[in-house]
Amino acid sequence: MSRLLVAGGRVVDPSQKLDAKLDVLLKDGVVERLGEGLRVRDAERVDAKGLVVCPGFIDLHTHLREPGREDKETIATGTRAAAAGGFTAVCAMPNTHPVNDSAGITRSILEKARAEGVVRVYPIGAITRGQQGAELAEYGDLQEAGCVAVSDDGKPVASARMMRRALEYARGFGLVVIDHCEEPTLAEHACMNEGPVSTRLGLRGAPTAGEAIMVERDVLLAELTGGRVHIAHLSAAASVDAVRRGKARGVLVTAEVTPHHLFLTDAAVGEPAYDTNTKMNPPLRSEADRLAVLEGLRDGTIDCIATDHAPHTVDDKNVEYDQAAFGIVGLETAVALCLDRLVGGGVVSLPQLVALLSTRPARVLGLPGGSLAPGSPADVTLLDPARRRAVDPARFASRSRNTPFAGWTLRGWPAMTIVGGRVVWKDERK
Amino acid sequence: MSFPHRHLLGIEPLAASEIQTILDTADALREILDRPIKKVPALRGKTVVNLFYEASTRTRSSFEIAERVLSADSLSIAAAASSVTKGETLLDTARNLEAMNPDMVIVRHASSGAPHLLAKHCRFSVVNAGDGAHEHPTQALLDALTIRQKKGRLSGLKVAIVGDILHSRVARSNLWLLSKLGAKATIAGPPTLVPPGLEGLARVTHSIDEAVEGADVIMMLRIQLERMSGGFFPTTREYHKRYGLTEERVRRAKKDVLVMHPGPMNRGVEIASEVADGPYSVILEQVTNGVAVRMAVLYLLLGGSTEAAS
Repeated sequence: MSRLLVAGGRVVDPSQKLDAKLDVLLKDGVVERLGEGLRVRDAERVDAKGLVVCPGFIDLHTHLREPGREDKETIATGTRAAAAGGFTAVCAMPNTHPVNDSAGITRSILEKARAEGVVRVYPIGAITRGQQGAELAEYGDLQEAGCVAVSDDGKPVASARMMRRALEYARGFGLVVIDHCEEPTLAEHACMNEGPVSTRLGLRGAPTAGEAIMVERDVLLAELTGGRVHIAHLSAAASVDAVRRGKARGVLVTAEVTPHHLFLTDAAVGEPAYDTNTKMNPPLRSEADRLAVLEGLRDGTIDCIATDHAPHTVDDKNVEYDQAAFGIVGLETAVALCLDRLVGGGVVSLPQLVALLSTRPARVLGLPGGSLAPGSPADVTLLDPARRRAVDPARFASRSRNTPFAGWTLRGWPAMTIVGGRVVWKDERK
Repeated sequence: MSFPHRHLLGIEPLAASEIQTILDTADALREILDRPIKKVPALRGKTVVNLFYEASTRTRSSFEIAERVLSADSLSIAAAASSVTKGETLLDTARNLEAMNPDMVIVRHASSGAPHLLAKHCRFSVVNAGDGAHEHPTQALLDALTIRQKKGRLSGLKVAIVGDILHSRVARSNLWLLSKLGAKATIAGPPTLVPPGLEGLARVTHSIDEAVEGADVIMMLRIQLERMSGGFFPTTREYHKRYGLTEERVRRAKKDVLVMHPGPMNRGVEIASEVADGPYSVILEQVTNGVAVRMAVLYLLLGGSTEAAS
């Protein structure tokens, strides 16, 4: 395989506490070496002047929709969306049709990803068969086939006993259990956050307590079992608090937050009224929750940022608010939103953001990558911190356009995505 | 008289002066209903569709009469309850109607925000005739018209709104209207039926006795018995005892108190029959005013000519 020299960029690699102007040489799918003014013959050269060179970004929470809902997204389009958003790897949630609860389905996803995907795809298996919450899926087989974690995402594990068994059983394989925390009876028929805005709009709300109850439960069960739990798309102040206390006690709990919960509140549901691109689960919360989540991100309670990329067709969204599908696409907006609002807004430093998008998600699930140390996979994300443009859903590589961020002008965008030493996407409008 | 809105989606977006304009117009048009020939050509040549996805007696017949009195051509569609479980989506139905070029669609729907969806995607004017638990603007307007006729004003009046606030679009529209026109609203209901975040619009209490104390107006809300499987209160017996409007409770209010109810009533649950049929009750006048208010809304939104109405 030929060699690729990424030259003249600012290398930010939190795994090595590195922030310096360096060249990066990629060879045979791995990082060969880093150095100042590397002179390499026969290497293809990428001019990274003015760009930030980071370990490839990893999204722990992506819905690729294939198999089953190829009208919303496919492995081909979803991985292209990931590449265009600066992600070199995505973890594919198992709530496909059929559910990814068996080795055969995992293998078929991976086969498709190898044939048609442009970034790495790490399948996540189901916690319970068919995500029905009744019987454990075969974690050993799932892991052997390539699953990197288990989750019933989209649904909570309602039964505490089942969650306990899942954590215990998964521990035997070193698998993390990712839970969608939502107490089902409190969230019944809810389509937004419960609060003054849901009252004003007359929409059924889900209280934050419904999420926090399950986070508290999961932390306690992880403590009981010694298992490892990862809290998906945490959105409530009380959930941050539960994770913080759990971590302080040494419980093996990690957590992620989505960009939309960092940058939007339930006020967006009312302005413009009933925009179904503000409908997701967990719902957009109050400003107090948003600030608490930001604080959790700043103080390390929250380990990483994940997109919860949830593509839906126009038909799924162009209906009454309470009938609309939950979820928004996120792969092609996440990085720019975080650069503009978190780094630009002074909430976290650029190296901290890179850690939240690469090093730490890799660590949460024990994935390869998240580092540019020699020998690491040659997965690199290049950022252009000066690039300024508006979010334009018409240009998305995703099959779906369901975003509440259309028209937002953001500063700082991905510039190039390299997977296994090969450039899989670059910003053409330089 | 010009009115700066194309749609009536709720009371919330209206300015106080615009609400007064609607009420003034309703007062002016109301007289037509007492004429021997109850018809004026104000909206001749205008087409209005009444698109009702939920059962309605009062609101729908009231709109239909208002349309006929103003000489609009109208038709009513009682649509199947759910647009999603089978068949055509709401938007497809609306676009089909749009293709027939109506000037206005009056819509009632179980989903909050359904009228907004139509207003966003279609050319015709949209009037919200009740959407989910969101708003029922013409109900609040007819309530206001009734109060204004009886009391001469709304500003400074003490108004108690009692019952199931959580599920009530009538309560929401009234809370907006009363606060915009300077009335002092108090809401009362069991905490299970009072949603968060209303403190800015009304005083909140959980005692009906406290709410009706010295009230100029008592608005009772319907207990939606079909929703009560949710366990919001134990029995209708206890509800009546703690939150029902009885003669004894009416006596805590001002002597000339008005008792209102948007209907349909559950006698013996939220309101005792003696009160519903008693001397303070203006429940049937509300219904008459409903026609006048809907005439005003149609007239103002469809830009009918003033001469034609006289």
